[in-house]
Amino acid sequence: MNPFFRFINSSVGKKVLMSLTGIFLAIFLIEHLAGNLLLLKNDNGEAFNGFAKFMGGNPVVRVLEVGLLSLVLLHIFNGARLWLGNRSARDKGYGVYRLNENTTLQSRMMKISAALVFVFLTVHMKKFWVPARFQGEHDIASLVYYTFQQPFYVIFYLTAFFILGYHLRHGFQSAFQTMGFRTKKYQSLIEFAAVLFWLVLPIGFAVIPLYIYFFGGSPVAFAQ
Amino acid sequence: MKLTLKVWRQNNKNDEGRFVDYLAKDVSPDMSFLEMLDVVNIDLVKKGETPIVFDHDCREGICGSCGMMINGRAHGPGRGIATCQLHMRSFSDGDEITIEPWRAKAFPVLKDLMVDRTSLERIMRAGGYTSAKTGGIPDGNTILIPKPVADEAFDAAACIGCGACVAACPNSSAMLFVGAKVSQLALLPQGQAERETRVTRMVAQMDEEKFGSCSNTYACEAECPKGISVTHIARLNREFVSAQF
Repeated sequence: MNPFFRFINSSVGKKVLMSLTGIFLAIFLIEHLAGNLLLLKNDNGEAFNGFAKFMGGNPVVRVLEVGLLSLVLLHIFNGARLWLGNRSARDKGYGVYRLNENTTLQSRMMKISAALVFVFLTVHMKKFWVPARFQGEHDIASLVYYTFQQPFYVIFYLTAFFILGYHLRHGFQSAFQTMGFRTKKYQSLIEFAAVLFWLVLPIGFAVIPLYIYFFGGSPVAFAQ
Repeated sequence: MKLTLKVWRQNNKNDEGRFVDYLAKDVSPDMSFLEMLDVVNIDLVKKGETPIVFDHDCREGICGSCGMMINGRAHGPGRGIATCQLHMRSFSDGDEITIEPWRAKAFPVLKDLMVDRTSLERIMRAGGYTSAKTGGIPDGNTILIPKPVADEAFDAAACIGCGACVAACPNSSAMLFVGAKVSQLALLPQGQAERETRVTRMVAQMDEEKFGSCSNTYACEAECPKGISVTHIARLNREFVSAQF
């Protein structure tokens, strides 16, 4: 077999693939948040729409977008592959199994948090990405302002950010362990960086719907 | 102490298996868990029943033979002990204790609480050795090893291969075992000759035995009777990736 495929199909290789895709997706969140924060600017969404227009029109970004979507699919596909393999590694379960006494909740909930994040992603992309890319919607900012005046969406998004944070709480440090960087020397640095991803980033995302709901944005097109 | 035991009984590999309840009377808190089972077995023999089969040898926590799931924990409650070092004082009068064999596809149950762990042996055979020079005895200190490195290698070498890491892991992964073995030899000058082939072959054998993939829950580290750190798993990952290039 080709050495690359042998590597990627080994138990360690599958985990490394999971880590690399996960880290790239986590890094994408930084860019996403930076763009979203433009929504807080009190300019009728001009800055944000300009940013969205650039992202939609730039050929380099469009190529990166395809790459990003492939990474999401690869992360999901590979995760499912790992899950099925791990499930079959124990053909008969325990009568009594107290995994909770040895492990963190977030590490045990990875599959469930992953499934919930996937549900969120589907709704989120249907809500904003599809109109922007395929339905010629140019005023995404107004769409955001309109959406987050509905309590249902505010609660839905806040829940999703909480679950995403939970997923990253295990995922981020786990990725570094799998890639072999989590040594005694680097453990504290990785844990510090992890806080940025599982706590600061979700809070940053959560600020936007909360701000719009409580202090209002400027829903130009949709409010009328 | 009087205890109710729910023990997994299984005649052979192909038997379905089932839990059977036993009453353990006159259990002294000073008994080890295995001694308690011995007493139950003496009663069973007197009654003409088949005694409960379990693996054991040194009974002082160094051989790695004994091992069972006690109330959902590998080697029972407590940290850093094998089943033989677990004492009945960890339980209270009237407790119900569920006792099961290690559960993993790679550890088929042979009888009752005894499992076949030769899958770990086959992983060792795939690469857990070093090429030894068979010449004269080298002078002392010809191979210098810094103290922290020697200590780290020694910590990894403390692994007794009991299989608790596999039993405790939600994925039945053997990464802590393989990590300890790879790490121990990768740290020392004697392990350098086979450094890359060792990790590649041991991981390949581990996969062939159908152990699961590590998902970094660290349940293994918590249950390891020798307290082997998951940093050895990180080293295994590092060694494996660098051996592929």
